Amino acid sequence: MSATIAAISTAVGESGIGIVRMSGRDSIEIGKSIFKGIRGKEVEASDNRKLVYGHIVDDDKIVDEVLVAFMMEPYTYTRENMVEIYCHGGIIPVKKTLELILSKGAKLAEPGEFTKRAFLNGRLDLTQAEAVIDIIKAKTEVSYDVSLNQLEGSLSREVESIRSILLQMIAHIEVSIDFPEDDIEEVTYEELVENGNLVLDRISKLLATSQRGKILRDGLNTVILGKPNVGKSSLLNAVLRENRAIVTDIPGTTRDVIEEYINIDGIPLKIMDTAGIRETEDLVEKIGVDRAKESLKNADLIIAIFDISRELSNEDYHIIDLIKDKKTVVLLNKTDLPNKYDENYFRDYFKEIEIIFTSMTEGVGIEELENSIRNMFYQGDVKLDSSMIINNLRHKNQLELAKINIESVLNDLNNMVPLDCLEVDLKNCWENLGEITGESITEDILDRIFKEFCIGK
Amino acid sequence: MIETRTYNGGEFDVAVIGAGHAGVEAALAASRMGLRTIMLTISLDGIVALSCNPNIGGTGKGHLVREIDALGGEMALNIDKSFIQSRMLNISKGPAVHSLRVQADKKTYHIEMKQIIENEENLTLRQAEVINIIIEDGRVTGVLTRTGAIYNSKAVVVATGTYLGGMVYIGEVSYQSGPDGMFPSLLLSESLKENGFKLRRMKTGTPARVHKDSIDYSVMEVQPGDDEIVPFSFLNMNKEFKVDQVPCYLTYTTEETHNIIRANLDRSPMFSGYIEGVGPRYCPSIEDKVVRFGDRDKHQVFIEPEGLTTKEMYVQGVSSSLPEEVQIQMYRKIKGLENVQFMRSAYAIEYDSIDPTILKRTLEHKNVKNLFFAGQINGSSGYEEAAAQGLIAGINASQNILGREPFILDRSEAYIGVLIDDLVTKGTDEPYRMMTSRAEYRLTLRQDNADLRLTKRGYEIGLVSEDRYRLTLEKEKSINDELQRLQKIILTPTEDNNKKLMELSSVPLKTAINLYELIRRPEITYDVTEVFDTQRPFLNKEIRLQVETHIKYEGYIKKQMQQIEQFKKLENKMIPEDIIYTNIRGLSNEAVQKLAKIQPDSIGQASRISGVSPADINVLLIHLEQRRRRENNGKNQ
Repeated sequence: MSATIAAISTAVGESGIGIVRMSGRDSIEIGKSIFKGIRGKEVEASDNRKLVYGHIVDDDKIVDEVLVAFMMEPYTYTRENMVEIYCHGGIIPVKKTLELILSKGAKLAEPGEFTKRAFLNGRLDLTQAEAVIDIIKAKTEVSYDVSLNQLEGSLSREVESIRSILLQMIAHIEVSIDFPEDDIEEVTYEELVENGNLVLDRISKLLATSQRGKILRDGLNTVILGKPNVGKSSLLNAVLRENRAIVTDIPGTTRDVIEEYINIDGIPLKIMDTAGIRETEDLVEKIGVDRAKESLKNADLIIAIFDISRELSNEDYHIIDLIKDKKTVVLLNKTDLPNKYDENYFRDYFKEIEIIFTSMTEGVGIEELENSIRNMFYQGDVKLDSSMIINNLRHKNQLELAKINIESVLNDLNNMVPLDCLEVDLKNCWENLGEITGESITEDILDRIFKEFCIGK
Repeated sequence: MIETRTYNGGEFDVAVIGAGHAGVEAALAASRMGLRTIMLTISLDGIVALSCNPNIGGTGKGHLVREIDALGGEMALNIDKSFIQSRMLNISKGPAVHSLRVQADKKTYHIEMKQIIENEENLTLRQAEVINIIIEDGRVTGVLTRTGAIYNSKAVVVATGTYLGGMVYIGEVSYQSGPDGMFPSLLLSESLKENGFKLRRMKTGTPARVHKDSIDYSVMEVQPGDDEIVPFSFLNMNKEFKVDQVPCYLTYTTEETHNIIRANLDRSPMFSGYIEGVGPRYCPSIEDKVVRFGDRDKHQVFIEPEGLTTKEMYVQGVSSSLPEEVQIQMYRKIKGLENVQFMRSAYAIEYDSIDPTILKRTLEHKNVKNLFFAGQINGSSGYEEAAAQGLIAGINASQNILGREPFILDRSEAYIGVLIDDLVTKGTDEPYRMMTSRAEYRLTLRQDNADLRLTKRGYEIGLVSEDRYRLTLEKEKSINDELQRLQKIILTPTEDNNKKLMELSSVPLKTAINLYELIRRPEITYDVTEVFDTQRPFLNKEIRLQVETHIKYEGYIKKQMQQIEQFKKLENKMIPEDIIYTNIRGLSNEAVQKLAKIQPDSIGQASRISGVSPADINVLLIHLEQRRRRENNGKNQ
């Protein structure tokens, strides 16, 4: 059986369920390693080709509640061992499940690869072969377009620039090996370590942006806090109106909670606990301090709203207690009414604070809030524009492989491993990045050698 | 052409045109495989002439020589008889790139090889200029010489080197000539063109030869040979070599040298555009170096002896096509060559070659049965590259005649495989030189294990003797036995052991380990661990080296083996010869064109053709499966 491949096989977008599919040698094993049957029930041989209920788990953390079908060869679509996982619809559970599978060693399937395997393994008949070719061509073109679009701009420039450092390293090693008697400066380990660290650093930074890419996919976990009548839902409505945002109902992993998304300039905010924004319910009293703490722990963004037209109440102090020392945007609402206290009062409580005066009824401060969220999202060590965000799982995988390879090179350099050996991982690293940009290999090295080094006796 | 009366010169299985490095290996392989063989050369004095540098081996090239040896070729044995200096290059850079490079005595190299040929049972040696290759019904039937002899033969190997359409350039002077004053082969070029072969021009160059006594060695750096001599041939590994090695010398050009070159560039046929042939980038003329790397104030020059019975010295690094008077002026501005006396001038030579993509991986022409090409005519350069191709062409000519399977080495088996696959799959725009960086699986394709890789293959086709094969098997067994034995020798953290380790500048033990693991430590060699290993059997150096390399680089080698496994999967998916690419739906136009031109044997080879995308490869795979099933259905009915 061939190497294990995996992919999301339902259309990406909103649907009732999403299916993640695996085929190949290790698919059953990988499936078992991430699936926990209900009441700890193990998957058995008798479960072959049956739907089994349980959870997808990452270590012990539940990723999604699912139905899984384990199917043994040869009676499957590809005639290989297969696993199909029926997740909740919507992008998050499905993608998380796929990422988990990939982290266990499966490869992301090429366009049309399941169907190709089905055909090559004799599952489809001859008349279907033409259709297979069409699928491969079409999907290849589409994915090519998609990745090309993504690659325009600074991401591809950055990957190319990292590759250029690697090429320089490889060329210098190769020229030292192949032209030992020529009058060139031999490559040194110090130089390789220095360049290797540069490569590692830049790959790591790109990977760090994949965290931002993840936020783009999954949403920024946002908690809005405030006592009743402070203007939480007015805020939400204001932001919604302003951005004509898409509000989607996505059934989460716990069915009864409805999560809401709002979208600011392409940055999706996932409003974390709907209980908190219901007018009639008091967050602090109703769900208790522990629950509030829990949701705050997972928050990427906290927006706390206070009513500046009323004196601070016990509820307000509760909220301040919960969020002090945390990065928070504080909204002082109802500026259309006479102020009852000074904003400086808050500065004592918060480490980092951004105070914005708003009036929901008059639409004051909404734009400022949006700017502030945008800034928080894009700021960081790396100044990156949005096109540099690694949002594509395939690219992220390649970057991770590249990182492993360059780390291994650095480790080898440290151990004074000879040039011909450490060059294996160095070339792999270069090829990993080449997979992202689709560049070719060998002739580049020779061209570089002849261009930069005066060789030949 | 004037009609010449022809006569029947005799019946042969294989006719080889040319007696250079390619021709000789081809002829020896065929005759040793039991076939009646004739080798035709313009001059018997030109047999394996080292017309350019007096070296055999070097990076990548040394690997080729070892592989030729393991397959039963002659080059390694011949250079072991005739070298006058020996060096192992790259010893600090890892086992895969150690490269043996020696200085040859050119005369001895020629004479020794000539004797081997003269004494070879099935081989006829004949001085004659071949002017036509006779092709009937898409199959070769013999060759015609200028003096009217027709040698009928079932196969022909063309190994014409720089003789074919040879044109020498020295400044404004140019004339038709073979290398080093030999006659060129001009009529054969014409008849090849008449037969529809497309020829293209390539170029190479060589420096001057100067008188030994006109050189001031006191300003030069002496380059002696290694103290320990390692032979090329695996058959000579345990022999004592007593050679009085002669040194080479290193000196440099000066700014004045460069100024003279710059002032006379317009007189160089390369820069004035008279030479249309493409030269190699790794072997540039001094003009090229000065123009392309103008910021350098000096370039290396090596003074190397051409042999023990001559005072001619080879001036490596200063090949040139400038006028003779300019050459002399310019050479005299090189440190230590102020009073140098020229014996032979530097020159550039242009010659005819074919596009090697018209060849199969056996080096047989795709459309003319039993017509083989080897060496520089295929766009390669170098003695070793030529010899390797000659060997493969000779073997496959014989395999064809004997009705046996083609003999193909793939990229994971040998540098020879890389060389030929590159030539016939990608073609080449410049004279192709072997380099270790061209080999994807460098760590497993070492020069030290060429015998372990290839002796069996040579034995299977009848080029390697039973005895030699048995010796290799024994060597393999000794290596494996020792690897297993080392794993069983356990070292405990006793005071005594740890003291010995400290003496070897190695970290003391905390828990017990076996010797195999200990040798993995960078500072520990196989030999030094003898102090822990009282029962160690006597093993010769080659075996100790294999054991040590195996242990130390096991992790990297394993990684490479996995890559090779992947590679083999596609390599073993063969494409039938009668495939018609235009009929395959879904292939891109570019892929159809390229595939039809190259006609790859396997999916693996197809995937290396530029312009053939992964999607095209998928389409091909599906097409092959469709076809297989149709054929199966046909059988079942």
